[in-house]
Amino acid sequence: MNTLLEVNKIVKQYGDYVALNEVSLSVPKGSIYGLLGPNGAGKTSLIRIINQITMPDSGEVILDGEKLQPKHVQYIGYLPEERGLYQSMKVGEQCLYLAQMKGLSKAEAKKQLEYWFDRLGIQGWWNKKIQELSKGMAQKIQFVVCVLHKPKLLIFDEPFSGFDPVNANIIKDEILALKEQGSTIIFSTHRMESVEELCDHIALIHKSNKLIEGKLEDVKRQHKSNSYEVGILTENVEGLMYDITQKFKVSPAHFKSLNNELKLEIQIGNALPNELLNVITQRGQLTHFVEKIPSVHDIFIQTVTENKN
Amino acid sequence: MSIISLIIKREFFAKVRNKSFIVMTFLSPLLFVAIAVIVGYLSSIKPDVKRVAIHDETGLFVHDFMVQNKEEESYKYLDLSQIDSQYLKDSITNNGYEGILVIPKTEDVSELEHKIEFISNSSPSVSFIENTQDIIAKKITKINLEKAHLDTLSIKKAQAHVNIAIAKTSGEQGVKGLNEAKIAIGGAFGYLIMMFIIIYGNMVMRSVIEEKTNRIIEIIISSVKPFQLMIGKIIGTSLAGILQFSIWVVIGLSLMFASSAFFGVNVGATTHLPAEVMAHSQTEIVGTAQMYLQELWNLPIAAILIGFVVYFIGGYFLYSSFYAAIGAAVDNQTDSQQFLLPVIMPLMLSVYVGFFSVINDPNSSIAVAFSIFPLTSPIVMLMRIPFGVPLWQIAVSMLLLFGTFLLVVWFAAKIYRVGILMYGKKPSWKELFRWLKY
Repeated sequence: MNTLLEVNKIVKQYGDYVALNEVSLSVPKGSIYGLLGPNGAGKTSLIRIINQITMPDSGEVILDGEKLQPKHVQYIGYLPEERGLYQSMKVGEQCLYLAQMKGLSKAEAKKQLEYWFDRLGIQGWWNKKIQELSKGMAQKIQFVVCVLHKPKLLIFDEPFSGFDPVNANIIKDEILALKEQGSTIIFSTHRMESVEELCDHIALIHKSNKLIEGKLEDVKRQHKSNSYEVGILTENVEGLMYDITQKFKVSPAHFKSLNNELKLEIQIGNALPNELLNVITQRGQLTHFVEKIPSVHDIFIQTVTENKN
Repeated sequence: MSIISLIIKREFFAKVRNKSFIVMTFLSPLLFVAIAVIVGYLSSIKPDVKRVAIHDETGLFVHDFMVQNKEEESYKYLDLSQIDSQYLKDSITNNGYEGILVIPKTEDVSELEHKIEFISNSSPSVSFIENTQDIIAKKITKINLEKAHLDTLSIKKAQAHVNIAIAKTSGEQGVKGLNEAKIAIGGAFGYLIMMFIIIYGNMVMRSVIEEKTNRIIEIIISSVKPFQLMIGKIIGTSLAGILQFSIWVVIGLSLMFASSAFFGVNVGATTHLPAEVMAHSQTEIVGTAQMYLQELWNLPIAAILIGFVVYFIGGYFLYSSFYAAIGAAVDNQTDSQQFLLPVIMPLMLSVYVGFFSVINDPNSSIAVAFSIFPLTSPIVMLMRIPFGVPLWQIAVSMLLLFGTFLLVVWFAAKIYRVGILMYGKKPSWKELFRWLKY
């Protein structure tokens, strides 16, 4: 069994508004799965359904081979985007309470808490009230609460918001460590660079529909435009340009280099890169040759604008 | 430990450890006792002695007023019959008189019935006027009787005093004055329920709003069902409330006794009255007092206590569910006013119905209707129970109360479930209604 979470044709309506329209996903075990989409696309609705906060109108969710049911809350750790803690409750007490709600015994919860507090270097906070902590500090506590019960499935909604770069890095490393330990992670964010960095699978939801899903490389492969960035040093620019434009589409390119060369972006269509190389090497000296791989950011914007209507 | 008991425990301790809760718990009885002591002290102060001038042109009545002049009386009468009445009228305030009683000279004393005046700058108290009328009326009656050559002594003997004993078909003996005790018991319990609902219902609402504004709600309901959270919250808050009430009762009672002993103020004056009356009276009164006690014991004490517990639980849970739903629907307390009004209305109505209809006639159709209607029954029925209520009415009212309670909890849980995840805007009634269908 390689799929931890299977979402089958989920439909969710609020009154006349369709929040999710037959959305299906499959999240492989041990992956970091990026759930992307513009604001209001339906990501939070989907996450809430997986957390059994709301029920779908139709469709089903399968977790680890079983239909989603109340006992599964123990297997899921959820860090919502809208998150907070009881302001006047002490840190330790609050963590114990939330851990016990996830089915941990008090002793086990305490043990885990000590481990995590130690790991994140926050041992001294046990008796502090949340209102005495800064926002970033409270976020750390929330992260601990979310992972404390060693859930099989972790759902992070914008986990880095509110963290300074140092702490964001600590959290990122913890997420990667959790993945190493076998947790599956669903990761919803608008920060595309973190998606590039962390995710191995992505899905894009737009206007209540899923538009893209798959391995990150596969998605990129599907969206690549077969174009290359090239830098050429040549005496005869006109001749070179003539040769290239005979066969390929050309536009100016921008990249950093030490030479004052001609910088081009060349779309080769169905041709092979070697054909382009042949043309170039006959006329000049190649200094730069890179296939243009679309970033998640590009794919996101491209897909969303294409599906505007 | 089950999830609900975990929630109950947290809610309970969150309330109990709250500073304002602790302050309220220990300050309220002090305030209450302080007020009681002040009221007791003020009422024990003798009012200023008021001087009343008597201008009796007939000379028949002045003596009857003068014998009223005693040390402890608050009115002092002065015989100023010799001074011109017009002069007296003009100088009332200058001479510090409360007023003057002018009894003009007439041919026949009977004519006096409508001719006596009390002239004053301020309006005299009703009891003073009644007392004065009484003195004059007695005197005139006496004069009339003497005129008719009737023996006043035999007439006095011939006058009968009737005291009708009240008994029920069940054979229980009753005492007339006992109704007040019944009203007091029912009223106290009904009032207690209302206060409890308003104070702790509000607490439930605040606690729901707090979770919403803290944004912790989403973390919690990813672990527990909103329904469990709501019920746990209501029970936890009510336990904190019961604790607070118990502390109030204990502190209140001990402070009452302590302070009344210390200040020598007779706070519970009325309760001592029967003893004083008994001390210097005949066996007849002793009998009445015994009957009184007997009747108090014959009150359906079990029914009152069971009724109190059942209606307390039913009423509190019913209303707290409303409060919880309102808390879930709004983002802050100011927005809650619009939804609170329809919740407070039936509570106020019950107290009014209780104090007007029930006291007037505990079995009137209005009293019966309101004691069966579930939103008002916890208070109105409790006020009726001391007077004796047919069993079927209690059964119907309790069934309806708990039926409505289940319905309201279901209804509130739906609004709660949707509402806690809605941020930012105040919903309209229409939207609340739509949430039920989500």
